[in-house]
Amino acid sequence: MNAQLYERVRSIAADVLQVSATSITQQSSTENVESWDSVHHLNLVLALEQEFDLQFDPEEMDHMHSISHILQVLDNKLNHRSS
Amino acid sequence: MKRGHPQRRGPDIVNLSEIKSEIDRLIASGEASAAISLLAELWSQDKSASAASFLVSHYEQQRPHLSVAPHKLAILRSFTVEPMVPLLRAAAFVAGIDLSVHLSEFNAYVQEIVDPQSALYRFAPDSVVLAVQTRDIAPELFRDFSGLSSEQVSVAVERVISDYRAWISNFRRHSRANLVVHNLEQPTHPARGLFEAQSPGNQTFAIQQINRGLRDIAAEQSGVYVLDYDALVARYGRLQWHDERKWLTVRLPISAPNLNHLVEEWMRFLHPLTGRVAKALVVDLDNTIWGGVIGEDGMSGIRLGSEYPGAAFQEVQRALLDLHRRGILLAIASKNNADDAMEALTKHPGMLLKPQHFACMRINWGDKAQSLREIARELNIGIDSLAFLDDNPIERRAVRTQAREVMVLDLPHEPGEFARIIREFPAFERLSLSAEDLQRGSYYQAQREREQLEQSITSREDFYRSLNQEVEIAGLTKATLPRIAQLTNKTNQFNLTTRRYTEQQISELVKLPGWHCFSIQVKDRFGDNGLVGVALTHHHEGIYEIDTLLMSCRVIGRTVETAFLSFLADHARKLKARKIQGWFLPTRKNAPARNFYSEHGFQALQENGEGTLWELDLAQSSLACPEWVRLHVVNGDRA
Repeated sequence: MNAQLYERVRSIAADVLQVSATSITQQSSTENVESWDSVHHLNLVLALEQEFDLQFDPEEMDHMHSISHILQVLDNKLNHRSS
Repeated sequence: MKRGHPQRRGPDIVNLSEIKSEIDRLIASGEASAAISLLAELWSQDKSASAASFLVSHYEQQRPHLSVAPHKLAILRSFTVEPMVPLLRAAAFVAGIDLSVHLSEFNAYVQEIVDPQSALYRFAPDSVVLAVQTRDIAPELFRDFSGLSSEQVSVAVERVISDYRAWISNFRRHSRANLVVHNLEQPTHPARGLFEAQSPGNQTFAIQQINRGLRDIAAEQSGVYVLDYDALVARYGRLQWHDERKWLTVRLPISAPNLNHLVEEWMRFLHPLTGRVAKALVVDLDNTIWGGVIGEDGMSGIRLGSEYPGAAFQEVQRALLDLHRRGILLAIASKNNADDAMEALTKHPGMLLKPQHFACMRINWGDKAQSLREIARELNIGIDSLAFLDDNPIERRAVRTQAREVMVLDLPHEPGEFARIIREFPAFERLSLSAEDLQRGSYYQAQREREQLEQSITSREDFYRSLNQEVEIAGLTKATLPRIAQLTNKTNQFNLTTRRYTEQQISELVKLPGWHCFSIQVKDRFGDNGLVGVALTHHHEGIYEIDTLLMSCRVIGRTVETAFLSFLADHARKLKARKIQGWFLPTRKNAPARNFYSEHGFQALQENGEGTLWELDLAQSSLACPEWVRLHVVNGDRA
């Protein structure tokens, strides 16, 4: 997993979910971050779309309920784009 | 994000995260004002959803150190706007507005409007946005148009217009808030394809008819404005604007890069609605309104004309002319030899702007913050009403640090972008244009002539006599209401109480027993100054209270204020009042009005923490209209 990508995602998630970046780990998810409700989920998805200049499919959005899943989806999309 | 060409912001990421940690460090060490200006800097570099969340949470923490005006905005909507809320609140904080936002339930805008007990009215908004999409309010016209007969089309158009009319008048019964109504967008692909453009009574026309109906409704009601959503979507491109999959899954029709564009459009309304407007734009000359440096390149060397590369600067001048015609004053602050600059201003064939378009000029080698202060003084407006346009980032930074109240426009490197930046600057937006706005430039020219006369005449009274002033006082009319409300919102200096009113509030006040509203128009030998003063009064049991008394600085110091007060005294006597009372509520700006009551024989009656209540005993008073002012009184129609 790309460390720089992880840092960017972490910093965006921390801003949008309004928690400190250090409290965000790969295991952070809608289950264990209290502010990660459906409104914040949409905000997070849009923040990532703005940041990486891409659009997620509805299926991907449903899958992105934890940091590790977000990284998976992003990694996949970014590699797909650059190839 | 940069418009048009969304870019991956990878290279900036270090810089942005450095700014964020610097902000946290400044806050931790108690340097609030440095942290606050860095927050604005962050926003100018990164208008993303994550930066917005960062800004909002940090501004909220810093609230005690901010000078921001609270404003309550309700959004009634037929689609998801939640992701726009942090973006909007961040943009508002940067503009000095502390916005609280209430969202209606999904598609429950009709219930919220018609039910006087609804959450909307309990929220007591200052402003309301009604954001409904064509596909929600007129699905048959948007989706199924090709299956409709022309009768069915007319029925649908009429139904939508009459729904809007009913909702808006219903809303007005329950709320005085400003109402901004999105108009309806056209479909990206018309149902009948190419044939659409060949046929009368087409889909485009049907939606245009609804939009025209909305414009009529807004014109009928005070404080109701149309947001041209169709033009907004078209400006950014219909295909780019939409994200159909997000519409279908989470009811968000707008793609991520365009969320800010809707937010910016809302901000364009919030600036004039909250009085955050620039009254004058001060411009640099070299490389700003023409290309090159006049002192070095000379008349034949500067770039200004209808062809590349001078055309970009003509576009800048065209944008400035449009502001001038909107009533925004233009002024010059340039480091130049005055003779060189004046030669270009008067003689260059490519100049669209002429010296008479500028109300004030400072062409010298002094620093610009100082020039800006002098310009504000000469134009009689606060320095926080000035905007500043300069291609040189060093000058912009100097003004930002030395004259922090000035609104500075950021210009990119490419001159071809300058005109767009000027046209999109929200502090130049106006929601109504009065005759005075359209004439303002020439008022200032007449003012210069008046001042020359004043200097050539030695006695004050001779000067007053020589002005041939005529004052017309009128009750409230529909025609004067917008200008009257505008004056209550923007007059800061000669204003005894600085109470702000919307058009709606004024027209309701004068319907109450004992309340009156008067305006004055002043003419003199140099021209018509237009409607320049307002009084709101309230008579109750022998006491005639002046709730509001204000006058534009253009006419102050020429005894017109005494004439106006003498008229109010006569009016009070007619109503059998014994006394006139009025508060003077001091602000940072209204020192010119401080001695007004004492100079006219009023006695201080009481003081509280906010100001002083003055009283005039009408039986003792000899207040009269100065002999050199001719006074006419006309009746209004009580709008």
